[in-house]
Amino acid sequence: MKTKVFPVAALLLFCLGGCSDTPWNSPYPESNAGRKIYYSSFSERPKHLDPAISYSEDEAIFIGQIYEPPLQYHFLKRPYQLVPLSATKVPQPVYYDADGNRLPDKAPDTKVARAVYTIHIKPGRYYQPHPAFARDKNGHYLYHHLDASDVADIHSLKDFPRTGTRELVARDFVYEIKRLVKPGIQSPLAGLMSRYIAGLSDLGKRLREAAKHGPIDLRDFDFEGARVVDRYTYQIVLNQKYPQFVYWLSMNFFAPVPWEADAFYDQPGMKENNISLDWYPVGTGPYMLTENNPNRHMILKRNPNFAGETYPTEGEPGDRKAGYLDKAGQQMPFIDEAYYSLEKESIPAWNKFLQGYYDTSGVLSDSFDQAIQFGSSGEPELTPAMKKKGIRLQTAVQPSIWYLGFNMNDPVVGGDSKRARLLRRAISIAIDYEEYISIFANGRGIPAQGPIPPGIAGSQQGRAGINPYVYDWVNGQARRKPLSKALELMQEAGYQDGRNVKTGKPLILYYDTVSSGAGSKSVLNWYRKQFQKLGIQLVIRATDYNRFQEKMREGTEQIFSWGWNADYPDPENFLFLLYGGNTKVGHGGENAANYHNDEYDKLFVKMRAMDPGPKRNKVIARMVDILQRDAPWDWGYYPVAYSLYHSWYGNAKPNLMARNTLKYKTIDPQLRQKKRREWNQPVIWPVILLGVLLLLSIIPAVVTYRRRQRAAIR
Amino acid sequence: MIAYIIRRVLYAIPILIGVNVITFFLFFVVNSPDDMARMHLGHKYVTPAAVQNWKEEHGYNKPLFWNAGAQGMDKFTDTIFFDNSVRLFAFDFGQSDSGRDIGYDIHQRMWPSLAIAIPTLLIGLLINITFALLVAFFRATYIDVWGVIICVTMMSISGLFYIIGGQFLISKLLHLVPISGYDTGLNAAKFLVLPVLVGILSGIGNGTRWYRTIFLEESNKDYVRTARAKGLSERLIQYRHILRNALIPILTGVVVVLPMLFMGSLITESFFSIPGLGSYTIDAINRQDFAIVRSMVFLGSVLYIIGLILTDISYTLVDPRVRLES
Repeated sequence: MKTKVFPVAALLLFCLGGCSDTPWNSPYPESNAGRKIYYSSFSERPKHLDPAISYSEDEAIFIGQIYEPPLQYHFLKRPYQLVPLSATKVPQPVYYDADGNRLPDKAPDTKVARAVYTIHIKPGRYYQPHPAFARDKNGHYLYHHLDASDVADIHSLKDFPRTGTRELVARDFVYEIKRLVKPGIQSPLAGLMSRYIAGLSDLGKRLREAAKHGPIDLRDFDFEGARVVDRYTYQIVLNQKYPQFVYWLSMNFFAPVPWEADAFYDQPGMKENNISLDWYPVGTGPYMLTENNPNRHMILKRNPNFAGETYPTEGEPGDRKAGYLDKAGQQMPFIDEAYYSLEKESIPAWNKFLQGYYDTSGVLSDSFDQAIQFGSSGEPELTPAMKKKGIRLQTAVQPSIWYLGFNMNDPVVGGDSKRARLLRRAISIAIDYEEYISIFANGRGIPAQGPIPPGIAGSQQGRAGINPYVYDWVNGQARRKPLSKALELMQEAGYQDGRNVKTGKPLILYYDTVSSGAGSKSVLNWYRKQFQKLGIQLVIRATDYNRFQEKMREGTEQIFSWGWNADYPDPENFLFLLYGGNTKVGHGGENAANYHNDEYDKLFVKMRAMDPGPKRNKVIARMVDILQRDAPWDWGYYPVAYSLYHSWYGNAKPNLMARNTLKYKTIDPQLRQKKRREWNQPVIWPVILLGVLLLLSIIPAVVTYRRRQRAAIR
Repeated sequence: MIAYIIRRVLYAIPILIGVNVITFFLFFVVNSPDDMARMHLGHKYVTPAAVQNWKEEHGYNKPLFWNAGAQGMDKFTDTIFFDNSVRLFAFDFGQSDSGRDIGYDIHQRMWPSLAIAIPTLLIGLLINITFALLVAFFRATYIDVWGVIICVTMMSISGLFYIIGGQFLISKLLHLVPISGYDTGLNAAKFLVLPVLVGILSGIGNGTRWYRTIFLEESNKDYVRTARAKGLSERLIQYRHILRNALIPILTGVVVVLPMLFMGSLITESFFSIPGLGSYTIDAINRQDFAIVRSMVFLGSVLYIIGLILTDISYTLVDPRVRLES
């Protein structure tokens, strides 16, 4: 009997594996098989999903698919360009002077006292089903008069039996603008927009004052900066010319929010039960968040009330050949659900991607060699193992920069003196960022020549774009100047072999950083060696993040590393990082180097208000010349994003500015299912073998026991 | 015994107050309310006004321990410490700095932690006792020697190795169970197989060696010699006499860790994406969410005190010679 058990057990196990369409190691329910579901992961739980607050990439993944601001970026065209989303067209500002007289479109910014954006929204767009809109037969809101006891047992929106919807109207956009300064909502844009939107700062003060006396209803507060014209038209009024403002209209801060959502979520007990707009967004977009369990997974499902949108019919040359126009003119979205699982560790996430359980993946340092190899021309390509699985690679230069900054208030490395400038240039030559990219970024970066990354207007490529103080143009390529040149500059600056020629003291510089763990040691050692080439002793001052931020605010750092990711594809969003009116010390701005140059600042103010075109580019070129000459930063590098996609995932063209790209993507679920089955056949024989070995190992124990029982007593 | 338990509970109150004070002090030595505000507000466009507003809304604009500007009892009660600490004793954990109900989150997250911890404990206990009995039974033979060598080797291997190795072997190579993830109800079973197996394997070395020591100690006692002299078989002596008496220290050792099962395992839950309590505290420390940190430290202290009281009670249950007296 016993001899028959094992074969039967093995057969049963094989049968079990063969009966189900789903591999044994699938983390998803069998009911999901064959459905158009996009699977991905996230490593950090999103902190905020409220469109007035949310400002990070891991949050944009979700709310970008839920909310529909007036504008969006064209999915396919490059350079990135704005196109309408919930608006009927991209608004053009109308300028007025201080007396209310209309000014021409090209009016200089000094004359502009008001810039009015009139935005027409598309009619017939409806919000996702939500209990905030539920009404009884008399039209009264069902869930707007709840108290804490009514919601005591409610912990998610699904616990509300009824839902409703309504049409999107212009006042919803105005409502959201007011929410930027609503007490209790710490919008990161409140300060910035208060400088531009007329009356917003004053509205904030009025709201804070009113909130001291009880709950407030934003509908009772009007202000000059945003007003409803009619059901589908509203205006935003700025107090100065700010051409970059249209870009903000593509971000969630200017997406519509219905007043009913605030009225619903602000009721007693809701927040205590984790029911808030920060956790359950309400939008008109193609998807809605149906499950928000950031400790496990978050699920987006198709919004049944989505008004619809068609796939673009034009793009860049090459898009048609790449298949990106195969769905031209078709109704979106193409995917029914998106399933994001929490993966804190990179190893399981990577392995699940290889097994086909995630449709896309980034390439981390751990898995880089497994996925990427460099061809003879130096171009990255997939390894044979990846190609065999039909995985594809996409690379794109990110609209970001990582740089080494010099505190311009520092007496040694900062300031406008010839000595300091030569010292900074020498350091810029000595720090070999080509080597840094190769060692620490696996080649995923392009050495930066200036503050503006490729793909952003004003960025120059080729010979015209190099930093002539750090690079030479040799044989059609930028080549870093030799170390001898850097040493020459050091000598000219008054430093010989790392010592001050006048005083004889060694030159010791301080690098302030938050990096202090084992993983950062190699980077910090590398920096020390770079400075050592010039004879400079680099002392690392590592602190925690808060202390580092404090040093930056107080201006006590000397040399530091920092980065910036573009909010929008305009050079102003990079050049403002070096504008004198934006210094960290004194202004609390983003100019971390505290750089100030009169000519540069004047040009910045002028450039900011100019319309895109050759004249503006000329001004930008002059500004970049000044920066390269003064070297307040060592320009570092522009990171390159590497993304991997499975063969069943379509329309995967990278768009690093847009956050709402899920609607364009396609999934072939049958192909995915087939590949998953192929790659995940269970292997049972080792388990059976182990069981047999364990049983066999009992034999010596039994023999020893019997021998002991028969042995004579000693 | 009731009086003893009541006395131990009363002793716990000043202990918990002390834990609260120390946690509070340590947290705010490293993080100021300004730092917490900036951590929550993000990196871009954070103005001093936004920081101040955040502090006001979360009650962090008050003094830490002593409000010199207030009157009477408000000097002590109108402080961050009082606001954050007093209601803990009513197990009202309040809301996290990101707006979540902490009590609800703890209630949701403890079940996945228990789903791993309880099977790991029970099955691990059974396996460790069995192996230890086997090894002790064959003491001074090659089975004993090799058993000890294997146990020491297994003890020396990092738990992380078991996790990564287990995921590689069983999920990636053999495709038997998912690498990571979780589901509710009975569907959770396939996700728990691997973490439980890894938990058991990583504990075999330590547990078996420890229990072997206990069994060997018992086997050298007079009553065992007497039983042998009476002619009882070795198997009977092991299971009827040695095991029973050895269970006293084993069970009391298990009882003390029972309450801590709720707190979960950080590394296991991170690698297997189990939404338990293990990562809850660490995430809160990284995010500088003091509300969660103080709640979890308080809860951990209460559970530890309960564990110690249960241990004392279990002594009296398993060993009639022990009495809990004043």
